[in-house]
Amino acid sequence: MRILALFIAVAGLILTVVPSFFVFIGTLTWQAHARLMFIGMLLWFIFAPIAMKKKGSHLNI
Amino acid sequence: MHSLEKPSITERLDALYEFDREPVSPNKLQGIGKFIGMYSGEHVAGTEFVIGALFVARGVSAPDLFLGLLVGNILAVLSWAFLCAPIAVKTRLTLYWMLRKICGPYLTFVYNVVNALMFCFLAGAMISVAATAVGLPLSMPMPELKDMFPTSITWIVVVFCVGFVVTSLAILGFEKFANFAKICSPWMFLVFVAAALAVLPKLGLTSFGDFWTVATQKIWTGIPVEGQSKFTFWHVMFFAWFCNMAMHIGMADLSILRYARKWTYGFTSAFGMFLGHYVAWVCSGILCAAADVTVAPGPIAYMGAGVAGAVCVVIAGWTTANPTLYRAGLALQAATPDWKRWKVTAAAGLGTTIAACFPALVMRLLDFVALYGLILMPMGAVIFADFWILPRLGLRRNFAEASRSKISWSAAISWLVTLVVAFLLPLEIFFKGLPGFFIALVLYVLLSSVEQRMKQNKILS
Repeated sequence: MRILALFIAVAGLILTVVPSFFVFIGTLTWQAHARLMFIGMLLWFIFAPIAMKKKGSHLNI
Repeated sequence: MHSLEKPSITERLDALYEFDREPVSPNKLQGIGKFIGMYSGEHVAGTEFVIGALFVARGVSAPDLFLGLLVGNILAVLSWAFLCAPIAVKTRLTLYWMLRKICGPYLTFVYNVVNALMFCFLAGAMISVAATAVGLPLSMPMPELKDMFPTSITWIVVVFCVGFVVTSLAILGFEKFANFAKICSPWMFLVFVAAALAVLPKLGLTSFGDFWTVATQKIWTGIPVEGQSKFTFWHVMFFAWFCNMAMHIGMADLSILRYARKWTYGFTSAFGMFLGHYVAWVCSGILCAAADVTVAPGPIAYMGAGVAGAVCVVIAGWTTANPTLYRAGLALQAATPDWKRWKVTAAAGLGTTIAACFPALVMRLLDFVALYGLILMPMGAVIFADFWILPRLGLRRNFAEASRSKISWSAAISWLVTLVVAFLLPLEIFFKGLPGFFIALVLYVLLSSVEQRMKQNKILS
């Protein structure tokens, strides 16, 4: 489960940054880039906490 | 019956005790990943959107920017690693309890109040930054470079909403916000990069080969906006080195690095410096230039990255405001020992939120950050001298504690005289910190030798 979450979270990061390269070289519109960044953000914040959670870890404050 | 019920919110919050007043125990030490996440999150922050933009407004040239940031950030990392971290891992105490041993309770009280006020103002700037993004869907009028006072009721309401959330998170403690920052920081950094890349075509750049031409002619042109003084290589270098002076040379990060297993964790500050204070400042400069030298972070981030950019500004503001407010809570707790930390942090959060209503905090951020570091720096020099130099001269460490003094006059005079001399020096505020550090160091050593000789009979066996 963690590996799957990590895979999706990394996909979120890729969606965050890669579309901007295509805007830069003129092959993607700004609107599409903004939409892809939004999806990337959702993927990262939903799946990164699962992927980064250590087994047996607890907040011991 | 009552005792069998769930503990009240007050009792639960009181349980958030974090070894504030004693050395961190070995089982509480944190791994290197926590510090990488912490520094990356803290320095890839909402204010980076402003600082990079203000460099453009101050007319920095491209060569001055890139070289100044390189040298200044290296010096900042070395300051963390060689000045702050070694003392942190040897003592494992917060700055405030270190000062209590060295300076006595009266001076620590004064320092803590000043320190907490500075931290509150800094956290307030972060809240203002986040508010510029939260206010976007409300069509809120954004503060501009010349605005010093609240610009609308909507602005005040938005600032108070953001302040409430930030304060609530700061109350939850170190580990919770370190985890939050760890999750946010890789994404935030990529948003900075993506936003800047996406607006480069607006500046006429469509191939990397032309970057330097566009950088020198359209972004960092060397011409300041009307009414702003010009920044040179030296301004950029000293600003990059000293913008966190209170944290490294001023030793405020003793409170954080005391959780480090090794002093070398001080080098993890490089993640914050080179991602946040280099790449992110460059990116925000590009965004600012593409937006015709607009400095409000919310709109420029939205222009580059849409909704994700606006969310990034909010989160970036929070991840910096939280540790800053946490530090303010610690500072004030040491000054008010009968108060629980959560109550102190809540009070500091209210003060911070009120300060955040004033856009001056953001628009004059460069000057404020330099002033904040300068005011707190002399006590870092005092700690450095007390820990490393006094024992080598046959003098005693932590003399106030050893002699049961309420105040260390050598530390008090060193602090005050350093600040007076620094303010009288005919230099811009960005350059006063370096001579100030050596003035404080020499004064404290000289005055300590006099004070310790005078109070020799008071030293506890």
